[in-house]
Amino acid sequence: MNVVVCVKQIPDPADPGALDPDTKTLKRDTKLILDESDSYGVEMALQLVDAAGGGEVTLVSMAPNNEVGGIRTALAMGAAKAILVSDDALQGSDALGTAKVLAAAIGRAEGTDLVITGTESTDGYTGTVPQQVAELLGLPSITFANHIEIGDGKAAVHRQTEHGYDECEVPLPAVVSVTAGVVEPRYPSFKGIMAAKSKPVDELGIADLGIDAAQVGWAGAGQEIVEIEPEPEREAGEIVEDEGDAHERIVAFLDELKVL
Amino acid sequence: MDFELSTEQAMFREVVRRFVDEQIRPVAREWEHAGRYPAEIIEAMKDLGFFGITVPEAFGGMGADTVSMALLFEEISRGWMGIAGTIGSHSLSCRMIAEHGTTDQKDRWLPALATGQVRTGIALTEPDAGSDLQGIKTRAVRQGDHYLVHGTKTWITNARHAGMLPVLVKTDPEVVPAHRGMSVLLVEADTDGFSVGRDLGKLGYRGTESCEVFLDGCRVPAANLLGDEEGVGLKQVLSGLETGRVNVAARSVGIAQEALDQALAYAKGRQAFGRPIAEFQAIQLKLADMATEVQAARLLTYYAASRIDAGGRADREAGMAKLYASEAALRASLESMRIHGGYGYSTELDIERLYRDAPLMAIGEGTNDIQKLVIARSLLAED
Ligand SMILES: Cc1cc2nc3c(=O)[nH]c(=O)nc-3n(C[C@H](O)[C@H](O)[C@@H](O)COP(=O)(O)OP(=O)(O)OC[C@H]3O[C@@H](n4cnc5c(N)ncnc54)[C@H](O)[C@@H]3O)c2cc1C
Ligand SMILES: Cc1cc2nc3c(=O)[nH]c(=O)nc-3n(C[C@H](O)[C@H](O)[C@H](O)COP(=O)(O)OP(=O)(O)OC[C@H]3O[C@@H](n4cnc5c(N)ncnc54)[C@H](O)[C@@H]3O)c2cc1C
Repeated sequence: MNVVVCVKQIPDPADPGALDPDTKTLKRDTKLILDESDSYGVEMALQLVDAAGGGEVTLVSMAPNNEVGGIRTALAMGAAKAILVSDDALQGSDALGTAKVLAAAIGRAEGTDLVITGTESTDGYTGTVPQQVAELLGLPSITFANHIEIGDGKAAVHRQTEHGYDECEVPLPAVVSVTAGVVEPRYPSFKGIMAAKSKPVDELGIADLGIDAAQVGWAGAGQEIVEIEPEPEREAGEIVEDEGDAHERIVAFLDELKVL
Repeated sequence: MDFELSTEQAMFREVVRRFVDEQIRPVAREWEHAGRYPAEIIEAMKDLGFFGITVPEAFGGMGADTVSMALLFEEISRGWMGIAGTIGSHSLSCRMIAEHGTTDQKDRWLPALATGQVRTGIALTEPDAGSDLQGIKTRAVRQGDHYLVHGTKTWITNARHAGMLPVLVKTDPEVVPAHRGMSVLLVEADTDGFSVGRDLGKLGYRGTESCEVFLDGCRVPAANLLGDEEGVGLKQVLSGLETGRVNVAARSVGIAQEALDQALAYAKGRQAFGRPIAEFQAIQLKLADMATEVQAARLLTYYAASRIDAGGRADREAGMAKLYASEAALRASLESMRIHGGYGYSTELDIERLYRDAPLMAIGEGTNDIQKLVIARSLLAED
């Protein structure tokens, strides 16, 4: 059982992020970490390989400056190796551009039975990359999985819905996106951390993947971000002091909001 | 000169930090006040391999470097210092056994100690002897293939949970110098005549028990003599205490850092006379002093740890780190309390726990007076 997990490396959400006013994108020149959304996919993949009794987990990531900060965390959790695509030409890639690169990189991994992604990243959260990757690879895809069980040449997947889940089945190989919080990502062990140091990370540029620079980055983006502005600060709330009629005033307030 | 942690050390710190945030911080205040044993946290630490931090990899441990060990104790102590106590004397003894044990003793104990399946501590202090370890009275008399042991130990942390406890004894009470008559016996908890008394009441350092231990005609197999050698017990213990001091220094850094972090956050949020108190110079001076001391304490601690990793003894460095860092923790917890005003004294916040936990750092693993003696001795021995 060989599983590829797409892992996005993002600026630490705990640090205040900065937008580049020229490119209108998030600045990514700081140290990047593993997107928490993808730590669930890594955990899920490790559990599936464990349950299958063999095989390995390969990571695929696209990130600037040959960044490995987040990949290392996933390697320390137990993934066997990684493919990292880093190229100046990738700056400004939109979701489709990203999917093209990821699909080409996934094609580099041999004997892949399953591709796992998050449902949406923490920083970009278009939630569109997984389906695009599946389309480009010509593979079936299931989104919002909260449970995966591998059978003979197929996977039984619980697809989360608003009120419960759908039971689906998909032939392998397939692309499955897993929702956040469905498994408990393990803490990397000290041994895992030390072992991660010597696990192979295949660093590639777009030429290595046979991708034309015009297809990706700013050049290939099918969309243009015309304006960005910071989210308005939350306004101070209204304090209702109880002078005997507080309940009436709160009801009136809620009524006004049309939530009652 | 390189003041950066290695990538692996930094990653390990992240892992511990996450563990502390997820599993220790949410329960620390309530469990500490209730005097509840942190059983779930201990189980989680077993799973993470923390009980094997000083056990070599060959015996199933982490085989971690001393800097990583310091990071573990620092981070845990930011959340709750008492938890660090459950693996503190345990890791001291693991290291001592790894360094001085016979092959049989290492094979027998280290794998189980590494997983925490068997827990341990260290029994040195007696009702009438702490700093003056050569003055201990616990006596072990060889009888055939056994030692017959009589004596009382006190303040022994983790004693009630220890499956085996290294006990410092006198095998020869006459010899001069006295340390030549001292030995370490690895005493199993189910040995006849071995019993653990009451948990001693204490100001802080809750979460782990500190007890009296009675050895009343305890028959310990001679095979349990550490290193299969009499008369080197004090030496074995002192080499263990060297990393023990780095451990206590690191816990102090954790306490001091937490006191500073909470003071900073509080000073920015608390308003007085129409502005945040952080804008008052009197508060800023305190913050600057605290931050400088935390930084100095941390550098001394990591330096001592890296000297140990470089090989050879580092008594002076470890002594300096423990002395300075523990005093810094004491000051930081008090200054943070002042910055918090009345809330600092409240049991609804954590500052009062930092304030109760900090003083032990100046007492345990050798009082700070003793650290000064160790430092001075190494200075005077230089030429
Ligand atoms: C309105 C808008 C704003 C944008 N803002 C920015 C911006 O501020 N900064 C910026 O850099 N880009 C921005 N982009 C571009 C775009 O969002 C990302 O560059 C592109 O990678 C899409 O990723 P996502 O994070 O939306 O992926 P999603 O579809 O949300 O991610 C789902 C899953 O796909 C996988 N995945 C996604 N990206 C990668 C990756 N790089 N490597 C490995 N796996 C991956 C992960 O498994 C992830 O969990 C923006 C695009 C739009 C349309
Ligand atoms: C919570 C807690 C947990 C503990 N856990 C353990 C444990 O797990 N195992 C263990 O073996 N012990 C443990 N101890 C004991 C601790 O190590 C001793 O308390 C400490 O070493 C001091 O010894 P003492 O209490 O006998 O003080 P004393 O040695 O009697 O010292 C009293 C005072 O005299 C000073 N003093 C003594 N000698 C000198 C000197 N030569 N020059 C200058 N000043 C001197 C000391 O600094 C101190 O101020 C623990 C103690 C506490 C409080």
